[in-house]
Amino acid sequence: MTAMHEADRATAPPPLSGLTVEQKRVAWAWAFLAVPILFYVVIRFWPTLDAFWLSLHAWNLLGERRFIGFENFARLMEDRVFWQVFRNTFLYLIIGTPVSIVLSFLVAYHLDRVRFMHGFIRALYFLPFLTTAAAMAWVWRWFYQPVPIGVINNLIADLGLPQIAFLQSTTNALPAILATAIWHGLGFQVVIFLAGLRAIPETYYEAARVDGVGNGTILTRITLPLLKPTVVFLVVFSSIAFLRIFDQVFNMTTNDPGGPLNSTKPLVLLIYETAFRSYELGYAAAQTVVLFLVLLVISLLQLRLLRDR
Amino acid sequence: MSRIALHPMRVLTWTLLLLGGVVMVTPIFYMLMTSLKFPHEVYELTVIPREPTLENYVFVLADGRFLRWFVNSLVIASIVTVSNVFFDSLVGYTLAKYRFRGRYLVFIAILSTLMIPTEMLVIPWYMMSASFGWLDTTWGIMFPGMMTAFGTFLMKQFFETVPDDFLDAARVDGLNEFTIWWKIAMPLVTPALSALAIFVFLGNWTAFLWPLIVTNSPTNYTIPVGLTTFSVESQIDWELIMTGASLATLPTLVVFLIFQRYIIRGVVMAGLKG
Repeated sequence: MTAMHEADRATAPPPLSGLTVEQKRVAWAWAFLAVPILFYVVIRFWPTLDAFWLSLHAWNLLGERRFIGFENFARLMEDRVFWQVFRNTFLYLIIGTPVSIVLSFLVAYHLDRVRFMHGFIRALYFLPFLTTAAAMAWVWRWFYQPVPIGVINNLIADLGLPQIAFLQSTTNALPAILATAIWHGLGFQVVIFLAGLRAIPETYYEAARVDGVGNGTILTRITLPLLKPTVVFLVVFSSIAFLRIFDQVFNMTTNDPGGPLNSTKPLVLLIYETAFRSYELGYAAAQTVVLFLVLLVISLLQLRLLRDR
Repeated sequence: MSRIALHPMRVLTWTLLLLGGVVMVTPIFYMLMTSLKFPHEVYELTVIPREPTLENYVFVLADGRFLRWFVNSLVIASIVTVSNVFFDSLVGYTLAKYRFRGRYLVFIAILSTLMIPTEMLVIPWYMMSASFGWLDTTWGIMFPGMMTAFGTFLMKQFFETVPDDFLDAARVDGLNEFTIWWKIAMPLVTPALSALAIFVFLGNWTAFLWPLIVTNSPTNYTIPVGLTTFSVESQIDWELIMTGASLATLPTLVVFLIFQRYIIRGVVMAGLKG
């Protein structure tokens, strides 16, 4: 039936508009794409070019844009706060990614073999991912307060252990904030790992067991190699998330943003302050270019790792 | 080696997993419980309130600000979600199912925007909003997210699995191309559509940086931004902050408890295919 109709249509004279069926379809395609193309050009491409262009200017929102070449970048190189921020951002990334990957893998690996209350336990781990990071930051901020306010220090005091300064300490504040970010994203990673583990065919394990291969060998020789795409995806996904950390830091340090003494300030918070507190938009744009370059390097590394598979 | 036999190691693993899970939800549970406490009970370590009260909620909701922010967030997240479900799938469908010159170029161009971090665009968006009069408006909060490359890519992948025969059969029946997409192709990818909707809604409900930048007057805040200003004001009244945080968090948690299965499946789908 269909074939006959096709044949009819092919020999039929062109429709009223004078277009062939094929041309008509192409016209429909461009009609579907018209609004989206306008959107991507105006809301994505133009602003991207504008950000690069702006990074070569000095501009404080009110006066004229003044072209200054790479002066903003030269200034960044000599800005001590910028390097502190760069170091902090790197710390969020370099601690946050491995810790969250290892933790979520451990949970997923064991949870995968559990049948009893499997869905319930998975839900417990997943729930934090659905919370609003900015809201939960305030809960954690309260937990981290000194006695007699903070929950953790109250608990520590009850146990007779020495107090811990969390958000007041230049060394502890960053890990304390990072812990809340890891907590927030862990459930997503667990769920993705579980899906990855499910995708490994059961026959591989059966064959290994028939051959008398131990659990440890199964893990390192079968599970982990087959899980590599999942691991690469999660490493990149979480690296980017830690690199762009903002909500938690902003909300947990409102009285001294990124403090104490800039010890927790990430790149995005610096960008926010430079652009919307000091209104040095050109300088802030140069900072966003740095963020872009770091993300680019991570994405290229991902491509490289995936090709090696 | 009976299947029902409980190995001590297994019991231990299970217990540790459960304990870890309990630790994970503790902040959420503690927040909800504290929002039901009277001030004098807040700094005791008892989790469950002795005499639960809704007084904090009455106080927080009394001046109407929270209700306003709640409605703002709901409206914004809903409109952006509908827009993404419509446009991302329209574009994904067009790129998956039509053959025309320039198709590949359009696809690569849209995909390349994934490389650009939002933080890089906020400054140009801010300037743009200033010149178009979008600052401090609902539209100003919404416009950057009306379409996403991530959603387009996700939908393209799913539309590629729809057989062409279905669409050709509809063409033979004389349906126009738009109706074919909307009535024939869309119902075939509902799991992907719900995955996209979940991700977009959650992302916009919890969005913080851009709403913080673009809004100025409290009536236009979304709930995360409103909560931040509210919490800064009431620094020492932690039970009130916990109440506000609960209001910001409860809707997504309730929706999750109802649709748990679909949400986890959707997140996996969006995470792995997107």
